[in-house]
Amino acid sequence: MDNYGLFYQFHFYLFGIIAIVAAVTFVTRRSPVAAAMWLVVTMFCLAAEYVMLDAQFIAAMQVLLYAGAIMVIFLFVIMLLNLGEASDVTDIRGVWGKLLAGFVGLVLLAEVGILTRTGIPSGQYVVGRDYLGQQLAKYGAVGAVARPLYRDYSLAFELTSVLLLVAIAGAVILGRKESSSAR
Amino acid sequence: MLAESLGLSAILFVIGVIGVLTRRNAIIIFMCVELMLNAVNLTFVALSRYYGMGGQVFVLFVMTVAAAEAAVGLAIIISIFRHKQTVDLRNINVLKG
Amino acid sequence: MQAQSMALSSSHPLAGTIAAWMWLLPVLPLLGFVINGALCLRARARVGPADPDMVHGEHDASVAASEHSSHDSHVAPPFRSLVSLIGPGVMLLSFLLAAAMFFAMRGVDMSTPFIQRYWSWMPVGDLKVDFAFQLDQLSMVMVLIITGVGTLIHVFSVGYMRDDPGYARFFAYLNLFVFFMLLLVLGANYPILFVGWEGVGLCSYLLIGFWFLDKANADAGKKAFIVNRIGDVGVLIAMFLIFANLGTLDFTGVAASAGSMPFGGALVTTICLFLFLGCTGKSAQLPLYVWLPDAMAGPTPVSALIHAATMVTAGVYLIVRSSFLFSMSPVACITVSVVGAITALFAATIAIKQWDIKKVLAYSTISQLGYMFVGVGVGAYSAGIFHLATHAFFKALLFLGAGSVIYAMHAAYHHSGSHEDAQDMRNMGGMRKSMPVTWVLMWIATLAISGIPPFAGFFSKDSILGSVYEHADNSVLGGATWLGMSGHTVLLAVYAIGLAAAFLTAVYMTRMMLYTFHGTSRASDDEQKHMHEAPWVMTGPLVVLGALSLFGGWLNLPAITSFLGPVGGLDHWLDPVVGSATRAITNGVALETAHSTEAALIGAAIVIAVLGIAVAFLALKPSSLVPKAQSPAEHGFEKVLADKYYVDEAYDAAIVRPTYELSRNVLWRGLDAGIIDNLFVNGSAALARGLGWLGARAQTGSTGVYAWAIVIGAIVVLSAFSFR
Repeated sequence: MDNYGLFYQFHFYLFGIIAIVAAVTFVTRRSPVAAAMWLVVTMFCLAAEYVMLDAQFIAAMQVLLYAGAIMVIFLFVIMLLNLGEASDVTDIRGVWGKLLAGFVGLVLLAEVGILTRTGIPSGQYVVGRDYLGQQLAKYGAVGAVARPLYRDYSLAFELTSVLLLVAIAGAVILGRKESSSAR
Repeated sequence: MLAESLGLSAILFVIGVIGVLTRRNAIIIFMCVELMLNAVNLTFVALSRYYGMGGQVFVLFVMTVAAAEAAVGLAIIISIFRHKQTVDLRNINVLKG
Repeated sequence: MQAQSMALSSSHPLAGTIAAWMWLLPVLPLLGFVINGALCLRARARVGPADPDMVHGEHDASVAASEHSSHDSHVAPPFRSLVSLIGPGVMLLSFLLAAAMFFAMRGVDMSTPFIQRYWSWMPVGDLKVDFAFQLDQLSMVMVLIITGVGTLIHVFSVGYMRDDPGYARFFAYLNLFVFFMLLLVLGANYPILFVGWEGVGLCSYLLIGFWFLDKANADAGKKAFIVNRIGDVGVLIAMFLIFANLGTLDFTGVAASAGSMPFGGALVTTICLFLFLGCTGKSAQLPLYVWLPDAMAGPTPVSALIHAATMVTAGVYLIVRSSFLFSMSPVACITVSVVGAITALFAATIAIKQWDIKKVLAYSTISQLGYMFVGVGVGAYSAGIFHLATHAFFKALLFLGAGSVIYAMHAAYHHSGSHEDAQDMRNMGGMRKSMPVTWVLMWIATLAISGIPPFAGFFSKDSILGSVYEHADNSVLGGATWLGMSGHTVLLAVYAIGLAAAFLTAVYMTRMMLYTFHGTSRASDDEQKHMHEAPWVMTGPLVVLGALSLFGGWLNLPAITSFLGPVGGLDHWLDPVVGSATRAITNGVALETAHSTEAALIGAAIVIAVLGIAVAFLALKPSSLVPKAQSPAEHGFEKVLADKYYVDEAYDAAIVRPTYELSRNVLWRGLDAGIIDNLFVNGSAALARGLGWLGARAQTGSTGVYAWAIVIGAIVVLSAFSFR
């Protein structure tokens, strides 16, 4: 295993625990607005983890895109539909539902654990050791991601632009008022 | 820190799954799906240190798809809300053929 | 062995001669088939597919007599003159070409077959089958017989089928038959031979059922087809075995590598016996002969060409062609000769009590084919081919003569409006007065088949019987054991059976002649006035065949008759093909029988034949016969013979009915209706409906349920990976 400083390890665990706690809180909040705010906390923590995993550009995108853009849309829709207040009737399933969901979640976790133990060779570098660090030093945080994006994955990149275009068109049509499309 | 990252990712993913299974508010379920996507992103980023830059590039694609999904999904929720005045799944069973 | 016969065709002595045109031999009849077939379709388009008037007229006649077309419809068949020109014309051209090749072959000294490869036919893995023709002395003889006799019968048919509405169709089928027959004898490997083998079977089926409006005729065609299939399975299995063990199917290749199999071993014996199974089907030997008597339902020229002269001899040809295999298996050889001998005697006894003139000839054909198998069985291959050739002459003559007689009877019955059986000898009698030419020619053929010198059949039959007697003493067959008996004993028994069958042959042939042509006519006076000789287009071929029956023996004179001309012509001619196989059976010794023994054998054969004729003349009283309608029923053993030993009934009870019952009750009601229809077809529909119902219940429309389903599905899939 690599040797990481205590400072590094402390912060890695710290942000990880905060992310888990925030996620659990997010799932259990009845008010959609509160839930959304806790989800934002999780996302920020993840952005911090990304930085520590040598993915500074992705971390920036996480904050800008997820925490910024997407969650803002969510909050916007919540406000638009006037759902900010928790409804009178809870939307969370009963005890049996919770127990069953917890059981299913545990089974899933166990299976993922087994799979990661058997399927992924931990600590074995396919690329050279500290490859990302060298890339970052060579091309900068943006350039390191941009080079493969525009070279190896240019076709996929172009296709995502089409996807976004379709999504925009779809969102516009779906979101139009009924009266305007009425005939 | 690969093991820790993957573990964190798995825990977050399962929390998202449990959220999807227990909640009935469409918007919150949607946010749970976003949480699951984030967990997967963490896996990609963690593994990209060992397998090269492709993982990070893929995270960018996931984010793009998530954005598109959010746009379309929320639009659907809005139009459903217009019809039913609710986003509770108990009242939404229009998928029945 | 013909080991070096793979020599390139370009270096062969026949290369560059007219023999290089041998592909034209089968192509000419094929051309005739195409043109005649097109004319037939064209004619049908003109008169309509089922013109009731034309068909109806023919139908009445065939119900009345099951033979020959009606004279009610005096409308000439469409395109008659054109078809009459093309049908026999292509045959004549083919025969002239064959004759030219024959003279080219006589001019060169060839010890290997002349092989021409046209294209690669089946290149599948190790299996490489070329579409190739092979011309050697054996196929030359066969080609000459097929095209020669075939031409004569085509000419005869021009007269015989003159008023038949299916005139063009008849010649189309006949041409197609000749094409397949030539393919059979010219093919350079077993698969091509098999294509021809199946093709002639098809044409036989089509022509037996030529007047298919009568159900009996159509049934006879089906019977021939199905019985032949049983034998064909044997040929197929033999081909598989040959390829699996020798890796080739070319005649030359098999001949070269046959020596790699152990002599007299189980493998080569199995191959030979399976080949012989095919021969018993195609050549109507026990136990598969039953189709041939029924095949007489076809027009008489068909009986002459296919069911007497050519197709049924294909089995003899196959054995001679595979002589390099048979000569390695004494057991198979003795089996062939024993089956042949028993068939010869068996069929001859049945022929004694038949009343239908064509049935007599049909059983006679079976009997004579048995003789051929006796010959090729004991390794006297050239003697077998010799008898094949002479039999083609005199049996074609007999059938065509019988055709003329039937033709005359029909003409008479047509005028009197009678619906009697025109083929029953009890209704004939005294016809020598009205048909003198046919009478003389038929007597020539009768003497030939009975074995009276100097007619053709005498020499060929004597050649076979003499070989059997000699090979019993001096050959590997004599030393072999067969079913626990010594080969010597078995072959002597075969010789004795052959003599007995020869006696019966003389008896039943004389009987047929006496009842048909001698005595007083049993037809009414009015009918007798309308019986007359057939037109020359029919009698002409008879005369040619009569000459051949008279002088056919000169093809292969025995040594004792050297004063008549050159000795053993056919033996020498066929020596490059079958010589090594014959010598393998005779221990490499060229048998030189003592003249005294040979003279004794010939004397015995002549005495037997003369005795048979004499007995028939003394015992049979044509004058005591009465027409069929007033004939008393037979009793005792006579009835058994007249009813053909009840073999058909036995087969019906033992094989046909159980098959029907099995098909009806188990395969149809049980398997098809029960399992396939109910369980599989309806069952799968019910299964789909049930699953659909379940699936529809699963579609609750509730998103939550879907989410649960997705997660549980994911868990199941992941567990499959986890617990691998």
